Amino acid sequence: MLAAVGVSTLDELFESIPPEVRFAGRLDLPGPAAEADVLRELTALAGRNRPAGSLVSFLGGGIYDTYVPAVVDAVTSRSEFLTAYTPYQAERSQGVLQAIFEFQTAICELTGLDVSNASMYDGATALAEAAILAAAHGGRPEGSVVVSGGVHPEYVQVLATETHGLGPAPLVVPSDDGGHTDAAALRAAVDSTTAAVVISQPSFFGAVEDVAAIATIAHEAGALLIVVADPLALGILASPGQEGADIAVGEGQSLGNYQHFGGPGFGFFAARKELTRRMPGRIVGETVDAEGKRGFVLTLQTREQHIRRGSATSNICSNHALNALAGLVYLSWLGKDGLPALGLQLARSAAYLRGRLLALPGVEAYTRGPVVREFAVRLPVAADALVAALAEDGYLAGLGLGRFRPELDHVLLLAVSERRTRAEIDAFVEEVRLHLG
Amino acid sequence: MADVRTIYEKSRAGRRAYSLPATGVPEAALDELFAGVALRERPARLPEIAEIDLLRHFTELSSRDYGVENGPYPLGSCTMKYNPKINDRVAALEGLRDLHPYEPEDLVQGALELMDTLGLWLAEIAGLSRTTLQPAAGAHGELTGLLLTRAYHEDRGREPHVVLIPDTAHGTNPASVAMAGYRPVTLPSDARGGVDVDALRGVLAEHAGDVACLMLTNPNTLGLFETDIVELARLVHEAGGLLYYDGANSNAVLGHSRPGDMGFDLVHLNTHKTFSTPHGGGGPGAGPVVVRDILEPYLPTPVLTKTGVHQYTLDYDRPKSIGKVRSFYGNFGVLVRAYAYIRALGADGLREVSDAAVLNATYVAAGVRDLFDVPYERPVMHEFVVSAEPLRQYGVRALDVAKRLLDYGVHPPTTYFPLIVKEALMMEPTETESKDDLDAFVAALRAVVEEARTDPELLRTAPHTMPVKRLDEVLAARHPVLRQRFSEDELTAVRPT
Repeated sequence: MLAAVGVSTLDELFESIPPEVRFAGRLDLPGPAAEADVLRELTALAGRNRPAGSLVSFLGGGIYDTYVPAVVDAVTSRSEFLTAYTPYQAERSQGVLQAIFEFQTAICELTGLDVSNASMYDGATALAEAAILAAAHGGRPEGSVVVSGGVHPEYVQVLATETHGLGPAPLVVPSDDGGHTDAAALRAAVDSTTAAVVISQPSFFGAVEDVAAIATIAHEAGALLIVVADPLALGILASPGQEGADIAVGEGQSLGNYQHFGGPGFGFFAARKELTRRMPGRIVGETVDAEGKRGFVLTLQTREQHIRRGSATSNICSNHALNALAGLVYLSWLGKDGLPALGLQLARSAAYLRGRLLALPGVEAYTRGPVVREFAVRLPVAADALVAALAEDGYLAGLGLGRFRPELDHVLLLAVSERRTRAEIDAFVEEVRLHLG
Repeated sequence: MADVRTIYEKSRAGRRAYSLPATGVPEAALDELFAGVALRERPARLPEIAEIDLLRHFTELSSRDYGVENGPYPLGSCTMKYNPKINDRVAALEGLRDLHPYEPEDLVQGALELMDTLGLWLAEIAGLSRTTLQPAAGAHGELTGLLLTRAYHEDRGREPHVVLIPDTAHGTNPASVAMAGYRPVTLPSDARGGVDVDALRGVLAEHAGDVACLMLTNPNTLGLFETDIVELARLVHEAGGLLYYDGANSNAVLGHSRPGDMGFDLVHLNTHKTFSTPHGGGGPGAGPVVVRDILEPYLPTPVLTKTGVHQYTLDYDRPKSIGKVRSFYGNFGVLVRAYAYIRALGADGLREVSDAAVLNATYVAAGVRDLFDVPYERPVMHEFVVSAEPLRQYGVRALDVAKRLLDYGVHPPTTYFPLIVKEALMMEPTETESKDDLDAFVAALRAVVEEARTDPELLRTAPHTMPVKRLDEVLAARHPVLRQRFSEDELTAVRPT
């Protein structure tokens, strides 16, 4: 091959690199390593972790140990899905494109909105993109985004970081003492310059919000309502679209994706149809081929960076297609009846766990009202101390909220998955009782 | 005959695949649990389908797709190399896969060590000092880098507005610039296909004191090394700006030339290109950003910090940090694969990756140069661009060449990019293609170009052997159908009012 291209050494191929920037040394890296040695080393590293599956987990806060059915792995490990690029050549990518179309449909159905994109990186970046859309749509580029304190604190941080160069910092309205949006304070914070109002359903604390009431506040000010939704809760709760949301975003990890230390899952992004041409990211549409046969293509691409460059609605190029595919397979596995059935099972377990904990001396309710799979309680001790103590007994007891707000250092956020049994819950509550003395 | 029904159209009432574990928890009623709450009026119309039919559906869909394991994938700028299977196996280890991001730190020390080590390796490869693994993709890395740039300038009391971008740049560059609140200014390329140094001088003078940074891909999207890089870096730095490296083309220079040594201050690397993590039909990727020491104070939180032998902590107390660009710590499941890839290859292996990537591209370029216009007569690196303009005389365009290549069983090159080359075909064979496959790809291109002369209609109506013929993209955009239409909607739509 060297002869065919007219050189005698490989180094000659690199002669266009000026000598002063050529790397003369050898990269300081270990290796090489045979496949078996790579596996051995990574197995050793993995062995120094305690995976949630080896513990009894009540951890949530945006990532959940929902069961991943075997069909998900069977589909996502097919190399035609796993190793393909973005479907730029539609005629050779009909499977991926149709799957995205089906995914978009599932997200529209869950959220009660008209149009979904092909996925975002995660729930937090999806929220940042939604705020950017709202500011552009409302002609309020300098307008603020008013965010309920019931939105995940990390999502608010990502929103603030990613929109730092575009407009004022998001205005956070603290939630009430029961974990709900403080509607009166929110109303006072919203004015005619507000681009969007953001709430979470359920709230970060697990409280079920009155979305319709917040929608009215937002719309009376001419702002859009963005709802950060837990997709599994949407099997039970009224959909954001039904309640008046203009945009729904969220984290799809618990739809058939592993926890993976926080990623990759996928972000979803759905909106009312009037907002379609301001949507970020890939969108698949149905069309026909030259013979009138049904097919699918990437569409409305004039929104996107590869066409519109500096005027694109977003910079997103790679998204989380494979994770969205896992989400679609999972939702198809659950099906029309399975999604509400799972929601009900989660709600029963959450209610049972909450009832048992609140019966312990010194444990008080934090989250008030019905909850789906997550809620917070106030403890008589620092939450992180209890978490550390119970970890030694094989429990992930939940998330101490002092890391986000110091005044909440006695508040513990707990989540259940459908895997938690009554026996596990009973044993856990007994351990908590012993530790609280 | 392929079954083109969607999974919704295969749904039949009463069928199901799911099962839920028995919990033994008291079975409270829905109304009792959710008193006073607005509940869903009707269930989401998810499919009702048996497990075998679900699997057959997705297996059928997969048969209409094309991945790296199907054959050559010389999609320029995308680095569609083989994705070693061991990387998927290690990513599926329970001790890495089933970790919750909020577990107490002492339960996840192995994961933190893996991330710290990977960060050090990437810093070594980039020739810079510190890595954040948080960005989820290349474009996300760009935005992160621009926000770091903004923080760097703000910390020095400066508020520049302009970011310089060559006319060959990826579309994500100007889009990221706009998202960061900066204004993109385009730099023209010179006759050799590199940044025009005189033009850069002029633009720097015109925007004196107002330039935040220059974003550059090197080698650039034409597959050409920016031979004036040292001078470009000097000029930008003298003007107070930073130099940002879009690492999309890093596969050309691993172990041969490091962005830090070229003068770049910050870099994003695409693990899904350079480090073989599978692209999943669109993602997930990961876009780690590596910076020079002057930018370390601004890195996203948390910053991973080594506190002792095999001891790590996540540091959130970073007063000058830009904040967070993603929830949690990044696409860990992707980063594990990149770790395994680098570990397996080592320093020499990575250098050989670039050796072979450049050799393969050079070999294909030599094999097809008589078929097309070659816009820049210079040695190419890991990819190259030719123009299909000579085929216009037969009424054939680059798109037609691409579609006809599908009939030959290879994935076409990138088309119509970069924008400065008319009828561009951008080819990146990657290092994992054998000479046999490269020869077959060249033979396919030769055959297609011959067909363009003898039977151009064959190309204009291609592809002919795919599950569908040429698709109507105009119709899709004019009359968007973006989700399944259910029969009751259609009934509602036609019912007389």
